[in-house]
Amino acid sequence: MTQAQEPILTARGLVKRYGRVTALDNADFDLYPGEILAVIGDNGAGKSSLIKAISGAVTPDEGEIRLDGKPIAFKSPMEAREAGIETVYQNLALSPALSIADNMFLGREIRKPGFMGQWLRMLDRPAMEKRARDKLTELGLMTIQNISQAVETLSGGQRQGVAVARAAAFGSKMVIMDEPTAALGVKESRRVLELILDVKKRGLPIVLISHNMPHVFEVADRIHIHRLGRRLAVIDPKQYTMSDAVAFMTGAKAPPEAALAA
Amino acid sequence: MSVETTKASGAQEFEKTLAASDTSVASFDTHSRTPLESIQHRLHKSPAMVPLIILLLSVILFAIVVGGRFFSPFTLTLILQQVAITGMVGIAQTLVVLTAGIDLSVGAIMVLSSVVMGQFAMHYGVPAPVAVAVGLLVGALCGFINGILIARVKLPPFIVTLGTWSIYAAVNFIYSGNETIRSQDLETNAPLLQFFGNSFKVGGAVFTYGVLLMLVMAAIAWYVLNHTAWGRHVYAVGDDPEAAELSGVRVDRMLLAVYTLTGIICAIAGWALIGRIGSVSPQAGQFENINSITAVVIGGTSLFGGRGSILGTIFGALIVGVFALGLRLWGTDPQWTQLSVGALIIVAVGIDQWIRKISA
Repeated sequence: MTQAQEPILTARGLVKRYGRVTALDNADFDLYPGEILAVIGDNGAGKSSLIKAISGAVTPDEGEIRLDGKPIAFKSPMEAREAGIETVYQNLALSPALSIADNMFLGREIRKPGFMGQWLRMLDRPAMEKRARDKLTELGLMTIQNISQAVETLSGGQRQGVAVARAAAFGSKMVIMDEPTAALGVKESRRVLELILDVKKRGLPIVLISHNMPHVFEVADRIHIHRLGRRLAVIDPKQYTMSDAVAFMTGAKAPPEAALAA
Repeated sequence: MSVETTKASGAQEFEKTLAASDTSVASFDTHSRTPLESIQHRLHKSPAMVPLIILLLSVILFAIVVGGRFFSPFTLTLILQQVAITGMVGIAQTLVVLTAGIDLSVGAIMVLSSVVMGQFAMHYGVPAPVAVAVGLLVGALCGFINGILIARVKLPPFIVTLGTWSIYAAVNFIYSGNETIRSQDLETNAPLLQFFGNSFKVGGAVFTYGVLLMLVMAAIAWYVLNHTAWGRHVYAVGDDPEAAELSGVRVDRMLLAVYTLTGIICAIAGWALIGRIGSVSPQAGQFENINSITAVVIGGTSLFGGRGSILGTIFGALIVGVFALGLRLWGTDPQWTQLSVGALIIVAVGIDQWIRKISA
């Protein structure tokens, strides 16, 4: 299985303290190529801190993160993005008044070649709109008629689609998705799940943070269970039930030795 | 529940019925709109439309009631001259308001810069271009101080600029000793300071260099806001600063740049102000902060940030100019100007709220 391969990203012994609270207590993490890894855990288990440490939003106090075997230390989400790690935040991080194309390229705009771009810093709108349209088409989202439409005129699922397309367009190593279905209705959730599988098909590994067990069990290849600031176990969703996972994550049941993290 | 069956079907048990349901979830907006909705959408796309329509209507209105005296090239270009300063400061104010901020100190920065230019040229005997440069630097510094307090110390823009408005105005009076530099003295010693008061005629129309300067500044600001990454980031920061930050925009650096740039634009307006009134007076331009905010709001820029345009602000300034001159030529009490401007502000904000409630 995937385990035979080298992991894309590993974290060992991450520690993050906020005053007297220890959010991460020697946490480990592994992501393998081409997989969907779900991260589940109770509130306060340290999921967010773990994800933030990987996406560059917080710097861990101790521990080591390696991307493709090379140690990394991100000081901001920008640096993580430049390294190829894209994050779809729960609040999506889109600017409602800007167009779909402007949003997809926010912070990494394409400029016109030659004098106009170099000296007058003119944006290459046609190029950006074309790439945005291609990306949305690839992900089957091209029912969006007008790429210069403001994001605020889109529905929740469509916005999620734009955010996912942005991550898929620029993520060269991995995509992190934080609660992508939390704010969506049944139909829109289904669409987003299909989108996640599409991104996976294109070879990008995905870290999926979710509280929604049916969604996690449907799409995940492996499930990382986080408890009390550390990785408790990694389970295969085909061998355990949702109630097992919930029991492990809340401490009602101890996971079997085989699944325990080293 | 068996995991295997759900895997095989590709959907959760409770989602089985979805296949039979309407599949239009990810498709976009094809339902027909009522005429009112189409107007709302059009306005949402080009927010400068409303002030443009109001501007045209008010010109037509005054052309009818006042007649040829109003609708002449001379009068119409006179309006341009009268709104040039407000237009320039309004451009600066637009940048700030787009970031969801406000700058109450713009008028004070403008006057202080003009006073510094005058004092340096007349009393320190430095060449006029150097005096102008020092004035621009003072403007930049004032804006930079606002920016540091807002972006780094994270104080609310309203409070910061309320404070610096008093401070810059007081510095202006203390430094100048409330002394006015006479027009004749400037003319003989530093005519460069009055440069933007020079004018040329095209038929009956009279254009000052100050008017041209405003138009050029508006064109540059329009280009930067719409066609550069920096300009899009101004909107993004005003729209949702957290989202902008996560998308890779350095929000505090952006705010610092916007307030500093505002200071520089105000200093340029201060230079043009000397040309407009001929002399250097610490008393001049007292109300430019309110005038510029009025132009911005009537111009359809949202005080909540992220929405609006430079064009709208110029139209907003022109609308006020048209009402002021039109009502005066009509022979009414000047208070009617105040009253109608007040009403326009409220109407503009009402329209902004309506446009924001747009739905796909």
